Parts: sequence; C-alpha cells; structure tokens
Amino acid sequence: MPIIQVENLSKIFGKNAKKATKYLDDGLLKEDILKKTGNTVGVNRASFDVEEGEIFVIMGLSGSGKSTLVRLINRLIEPTEGSVYIDGQDLAKMDKKDLRDVRREKLSMVFQRFGLFPHRTVLENAEFGLEVQGIDKSERQKKAQNSLELVGLGGYIHQYPGQLSGGMQQRVGLARALANDPEVLLMDEAFSALDPLIRKEMQDELLELQETMKKTILFITHDLDEALRIGDRIALMKDGRIVQVGTPEEILVNPANEYVEKFVEDVDRSKVLTAEHIMKRPETVDIDKHGPRSALERMRKEGLSTIYVTDVKRNLQGYVTADDVSEAAKQDKKDLHGILRTDVPKVNPETPMQEIFEIIHDAPVPVAVINDGKLAGIIVRGAVIAALAGSEVNLNGFDS
Amino acid sequence: MGLIPKVPVAQWISDATDLITDTFGFLFDFIKNDFGDFIEMVAEGWLMGIPTWVFIILIGVLAFFVSGKRLGLTAFSVIGLWFIANQELWEELMNTFTLVIFASLISVIIGVPFGIWMAKSKTVEKIITPILDFMQTMPAFVYLIPAVAFFGIGMVPGVFASVIFAAPPTVRFTNLGIRQVSHELIEASDSFGTTGTQKLFKVQLPMAKKTIMAGINQTVMLALSMVVIASMIGAKGLGQEVITALQRAEVGAGFVAGLGIVILAIIIDRFTQNLNTQRGEQ
Repeated sequence: MPIIQVENLSKIFGKNAKKATKYLDDGLLKEDILKKTGNTVGVNRASFDVEEGEIFVIMGLSGSGKSTLVRLINRLIEPTEGSVYIDGQDLAKMDKKDLRDVRREKLSMVFQRFGLFPHRTVLENAEFGLEVQGIDKSERQKKAQNSLELVGLGGYIHQYPGQLSGGMQQRVGLARALANDPEVLLMDEAFSALDPLIRKEMQDELLELQETMKKTILFITHDLDEALRIGDRIALMKDGRIVQVGTPEEILVNPANEYVEKFVEDVDRSKVLTAEHIMKRPETVDIDKHGPRSALERMRKEGLSTIYVTDVKRNLQGYVTADDVSEAAKQDKKDLHGILRTDVPKVNPETPMQEIFEIIHDAPVPVAVINDGKLAGIIVRGAVIAALAGSEVNLNGFDS
Repeated sequence: MGLIPKVPVAQWISDATDLITDTFGFLFDFIKNDFGDFIEMVAEGWLMGIPTWVFIILIGVLAFFVSGKRLGLTAFSVIGLWFIANQELWEELMNTFTLVIFASLISVIIGVPFGIWMAKSKTVEKIITPILDFMQTMPAFVYLIPAVAFFGIGMVPGVFASVIFAAPPTVRFTNLGIRQVSHELIEASDSFGTTGTQKLFKVQLPMAKKTIMAGINQTVMLALSMVVIASMIGAKGLGQEVITALQRAEVGAGFVAGLGIVILAIIIDRFTQNLNTQRGEQ
C-alpha cells in the first residue's frame, strides 16, 4: 500500500471557497475562477500516491501550488476538499489531537528558509520535535546529537543558527526533521535558498543519506534539474493541477502535453538519458548459421559497412566489416570465424549518454549495448545527436 | 438639537460607579486596607529600612553589572541618588519607587496575558485595541475620580490609576511581539505537532521577548509619569513635593523634586533597557 495517498485534494483561498469548488467540477481554470468568484485556486483536484521509500518530487514554477500542496499534506493549510491518507488514515478528517500525533510521529518538514529557532542552539533546535513529544532530556539529546552527526554537524551543537552558513543551517533543519525518525520527510524547496554549489552538495548528501535511511521523501522544487537529479518520480504542477506524474525519463521522453514539453525543452538531456533510450535494434548475423555470402547479402540490403555477429542466443561474438566479408566470400570461406573482429565498443543499457559521447567518438563501429552478455541494441552517432535535439527517443529501447 | 434632550451620560457613569462601589465595597475595602498595608510595609519597612549609603552602593554595583561593566550608568546612579539623599528627599524617593514598582508589576501581570490573548484571536484584538486607545488618551486625571471612589485616598488609588494609564504599552507590545514571529517559524512549530501552549512558551514568547521588554520599559516610564498626578489623591512621594511646591509657588523646591523624578526615571529606564539588550544578545 502506498504510504501517502492523495485523493482529489483541493484548496481554494478566499471566502465561500466551498461554493467555488463547483467550478472545479465544471473544469474551469484558475484564471476563470478568479474572475468569476474572486477566489484563488491553490490546488485543483490533485491525486497521486507516494510509495514507501521513494523520493517523490513535486515540481512546478512559482504560483503553481506546489508549496500549498505540501502544506495540505501535513495540514498546515486546511484542505477545502479531498483526502490525504497517511498509512491509510485520512488526515483531512482527523481531530486536532490525532493530527498532532501524526505530525509528531510520522511527518517531519524541512523549510525553504530553514525555519530554525534563533533563540535555541543547534542541539536545542534538533531536539525540538522530541521535546514536543515529551521525551526526557538525556534521551532526546542523544538522538538529536546522532542526527546532527549524520548531517556532519556534530561539532557545532552549541552554536546558534545565526552563526552558521546557509548550507549548515539547512543541515540543522534536516537533522531536526530526522531526529524524530519520521516515516515521511516533507521538504519544501529545501535547497532553493542555497547557492548552486552548496545546493548540489546537499542533493548528493541527501541521496547518500537516502541510501541508508530509505525514508519516504516528498520533495518540492521549482528547479527541473534538481527534480531530475533526485526524484524517483516527479509530479509536474501547473496552476494548481498535476499535469503529469512519472519517472524522470518518462517526463523527458513522453511529455504529457505541450506545457511539459516546453518545460523540459531546455534540460540537459545527456544527464538523464541513457544508452537504453537511444539504442536501436541491431542487424546481426548468426555465427553458426550465416557464412560470408549471406552476411554480405544482408549488409548490401541494409546498406551497412559493418555488422555485428552473435550466436543463436544473441551472445555477442564480435563484428565483421564489409571488406573482410567480401574477401572471405571470394575465397569461398564457409564461416565468419576467421575474419571476426572483437574490439567492440561496449556500454550497458544504464550508461548515461554523457559517457557515450566519448566512446562513440573513438569507435569505428556503432556502439554495442550489452545486457548480460547479450546484444541488446546498437547506438549510431545520428541517434545521439537526435536524442540531444529532443526527438526520436523511445522508452522501450527500439524505434517503432 | 432641541429634539433630543441632553443624554445623561455623566449621570449613568456616576450611577454605575456608585453601583460598583456598593456591590464590591467589601473587595475594595480589603484591597484598600490589606494591600495598602503591604505597600506601606514595602516602602517604609523594607526600602527605608536599608541605610541610604548601603542602598546607593547596592544600586551602583547592580548598575555596573547590568550595563556590561561600563562606568557611565554606575556613576550616574550613584551621584544621582546621592543628590536626592542630599536634598533630604530620600523617603519621598522610596515611596515613589514603591508606587512605580507596584504599578508596573501589576500592569505586566495583567498586560502580558491580555497581549497573548489579543495575539491569539483577531476578534479579541479588534475589541481590545480601542479600549487601549481609550485608556491612553483619556486624561489621566479622570482616573483619579473612580480611584478615590473605590479606594479612598493614599497609595492604593495611586497604584490603581497608574495601572490603567501604564498597562496599555505592555499589552500592545506583547501582542505585536507575538504577531511578529515569522510565519515560517510558526509553521515549523506546528509541523512538529506542538500544542498551543507549547508553541506559546517554546517559540512565540521567547521570540517576542525583546519586543515585550520594550513594552514593559514603556509601562514603567508611564507609571513614573503618573507619580505627580497620583499624588493629588494622596499618594506619597516626590510627586507630593511637586504639588506642594506648586501650591506654594516655590519654584526651587518644585524643581528639585522634579529633578529627583527625572533621575529616577533615567536610572529605571537604563536598567530595563540594558536588561533587555543583554538577554537578547547571543
């Protein structure tokens, strides 16, 4: 079961918000509703599931409703309608006491401007969640200390937040959230206030921490590169609506509509796409079945100067060139063993495109994509360029 | 104009005051007697019991540490207090000091909770704000009349009138201080599942402390400014000297007593301000 289930969640700001929800039924857009009723639509019928242990990124430009959405999930903002199930309990319908318990035990939040208490030391900040739960001092100090060490701030516990740099302050924010050992971490533009280098460092660290913690993380950002970097899945928002949910590849490769397409236009695709996305079905000959003549015939038909050779199980043996094959045909050789070349440029299906550039540059033949020793596909130079330009990419590995 | 006869507002107020006096007479009597005795004990029994020179040295040492070991405030306090003693106004000073302390303490004890209440509810804020405006703009002399009706003459009605006049800044600044706490910090507090009380004591009040202290400083100053007015209804102290001098047209004596008030005001002001900045600095 998903750990967070969001169903038809909406937030409309302003008076008579309930009335305005009927315009959502009619499918009216944010602007029209504002004109008609004066109400601002924050979130419009959002539905999605977050699985345990994944980093789920909600991505959108400012005003898209992403920060409202994350606050609806821990009910810092009251939803106008809809449900948020955490572990199957509907947060939207809980009484105050149950809500407090869920906030204390299951959800922790990290804030854009850090949200640290300036009158408390780093340690006291990290202790806050445990203190609120009424855990006794020595135990909560130990836990807070542990989580501060986890983020590399073990030596700063008696400083005040004002004495730390932005990056370090956000580490305190993260440590404070982790000290509670929550099931879900809500991160609202957690790295957006940091400068680019520190931001990247924090992203790496978060991913590293996640390797061991396996928390469910709901991460809000307006930065697509960040979303693609850390997200297992991404939900794209516009005008309060969720436009598309998918893995980074799905979003890049199959944008759901023009808006998403425009959005992902400028992304450095070489960082996201892998060999799998740009390879095509290889023409091969079977070393046990085909001799030089049939190989030559095949190459002539397809207009190839080289062709890959496999065995019957598609295990890669090597390749042959047109020159060698026609020479062997003239000499009436029966098989391809004598002329087989094995200096094959190889990559895995997961090899990022960035790394393929170099390999393909030096390679005399198309790059072979090998999966478990078997030839899964080949990459030709043209495909790489096409992929960078944003076309002719496929998800299942082959051109249709 | 002639259609509506003069509305007897004054009569109503008088009737209401009489009614209150009759109904709560036992309570007022209790406060007048027991609380009055207590004030007198503090002023005459405790404060005046300390030898003048001990008192001056004590304040000097306190000033030294409160001001962060600088000599300015120390020197001013010692010389100022010595001057007042030299002018044979020491007892008056102690009475005034007592009045100010009691009025300020009561103002804070009443004012801070009201400020918190205001900060927690917009409706309460809307109701209390005009009342505070009223309390501060109504000429302070007017408070003397019900004060006398309730408590007769002496220190107690002086404290009563001073509290009405001096409490508003504490209420206002407490409200302001709590409302000024950044939205994100409130969200942070809520997101960890704080109860209202936890939020108040762990986040809002500590964050608002500086502002509240500024309000308390204002309250103390206003209480001090009521000293002369309160002495018109028999509150003992430097104010009484000023009034006497006024009645006898003695410019010199009036000026000296007034100077005593100024010295006390400056000492109290610098003390509370220094306490505030010291605690706020980290």
